[in-house]
Amino acid sequence: MSEPVIEIEGLKKRFGSQDVLNNLSLKLHEGENLVVLGKSGSGKSVLIKCIVRLLIYSEGNITVFGKEVSSLKKNDLAEMRMKIGFLFQSGALYDSMSVKENLEFPLTRIRKELSAKQRQEKINEVLEHVGLADALNKMPSQLSGGMRKRISLARTVVVDPKIMLYDEPTTGLDPVTSDEISALINDVQKNYKTSSIIITHYIECAKATADRMVMLQNGETYKEGSLEEFEISTDPLIKSFFKTNT
Amino acid sequence: MTTLTPAINLKELVKEETIKVSEKTIDTTEKVGSWLSEIANFFLFFTSIVRETFSRDFEFKEFLKQCYQVGNKSLPLISITGTIMGLVLTIQSRPILVNFGAVTMLPGMVAVSLIREMGPVITALICAGKIGSGMGAELGSMKVTEQIESMEVSATNPIKFLVVTRVWASTIMIPLLILFADALGIFGSWIGANIKGDVSFVLFFSQAFSHVDFMDFLPAVIKSFFFGAVIGIVGCYKGYTAGRGTESVGKAANSAVVLASLLVIIVDMIAVQITDMLN
Repeated sequence: MSEPVIEIEGLKKRFGSQDVLNNLSLKLHEGENLVVLGKSGSGKSVLIKCIVRLLIYSEGNITVFGKEVSSLKKNDLAEMRMKIGFLFQSGALYDSMSVKENLEFPLTRIRKELSAKQRQEKINEVLEHVGLADALNKMPSQLSGGMRKRISLARTVVVDPKIMLYDEPTTGLDPVTSDEISALINDVQKNYKTSSIIITHYIECAKATADRMVMLQNGETYKEGSLEEFEISTDPLIKSFFKTNT
Repeated sequence: MTTLTPAINLKELVKEETIKVSEKTIDTTEKVGSWLSEIANFFLFFTSIVRETFSRDFEFKEFLKQCYQVGNKSLPLISITGTIMGLVLTIQSRPILVNFGAVTMLPGMVAVSLIREMGPVITALICAGKIGSGMGAELGSMKVTEQIESMEVSATNPIKFLVVTRVWASTIMIPLLILFADALGIFGSWIGANIKGDVSFVLFFSQAFSHVDFMDFLPAVIKSFFFGAVIGIVGCYKGYTAGRGTESVGKAANSAVVLASLLVIIVDMIAVQITDMLN
């Protein structure tokens, strides 16, 4: 198995007196798609926000490319974040900017070496990749939910990240668009050679994208294994989860 | 039995009262605690604005965009209110001055009151409503829809990009809007003077400015910068620290207007005291 790009050990995150993550440990290996499953409120989104230090964890260690996240200085943190693409649940497109400006925003900050022409080429390339080359001058308010997700994905991959973190990528989308987004996640893995953590509670998305799966329950790892292992599991919680969320 | 009952009741009464007092004390302590933590958060927010203002790579393009948003888009509202302010002040004051045979003092009186006090304060209050609430709502909705977090993971400092640019835009543009409102207020006053009289534009303006000296302008302009800063900082603070739900966007906008308006009045009071001492 390849080297882990993210290693999490004994992670704890408390909000007040509530333990959201409780002694969680997992590894993301280079080039793999790791799906993190779990009920709402099981701490899935908190986990990936801790990885990019949008949330500060209470105890434990998170190592990204061999560097401990909590001890990174401001510049090192920015450098680490440049290697990570984060697809937010809501898409998080900047409402006041057009699609082109949304895609240019991370490029001008992370890929400063690119000329205006190279930036434009890169933007065209990713927009074509997500099948929305004609949306360049549209505003986010003019896009449908599925289109917004695609543009968000384009904005995330435009800077060539090494790791992708997907927070509920198919939430709120119809089954057809969900399948398209799942296919795009696989394309991103193949074309950009990314390692990804995909947070979801939709089994179809998990089935379509997972190389390996982890199920969270009450903030800790409940089960870890391949899709086949989950599917044949006789554990009542896993069976119920697969049945309910299919 | 009859003698014991009142004693038990008294004991229970004391117990109940003690619980009530304890609950009130805890409640008050919590309120004071949250109030103090709000002040501490505001202070930390303010220091981060100062720190990011003087750090490298000022977001100049975004700053110009915000100047346009704050200045140009507020012009119609400020023009209308500025003109009406002068017009109404003239119409209200004229009969009194006529009674005292001092109608020739009207342009000077209007100009001094507009430049010193009414123009800056009323324009700042309008800006607190329009610009402060706009900033609160915009940043609040950005927070709710994870746009601010998205900026952070794009290796962009949201305080520098969103807050510093807005605070400086309002600090610079609001004084300009106030001067513009003052000028239109005097113009409105000329219109008001011509409703029941006949005075030329040139004569009215020369009479108005003959009563205004540099020390009428300077304190008003200086305090205008503080009004602009207060409106920008409060609007951004309320938006940036908004809660998670959509309801919090409305609350952020509302509390931005209330707090900014209150602080404008307080800053004005302090400015007047300082000016008075210096005079």
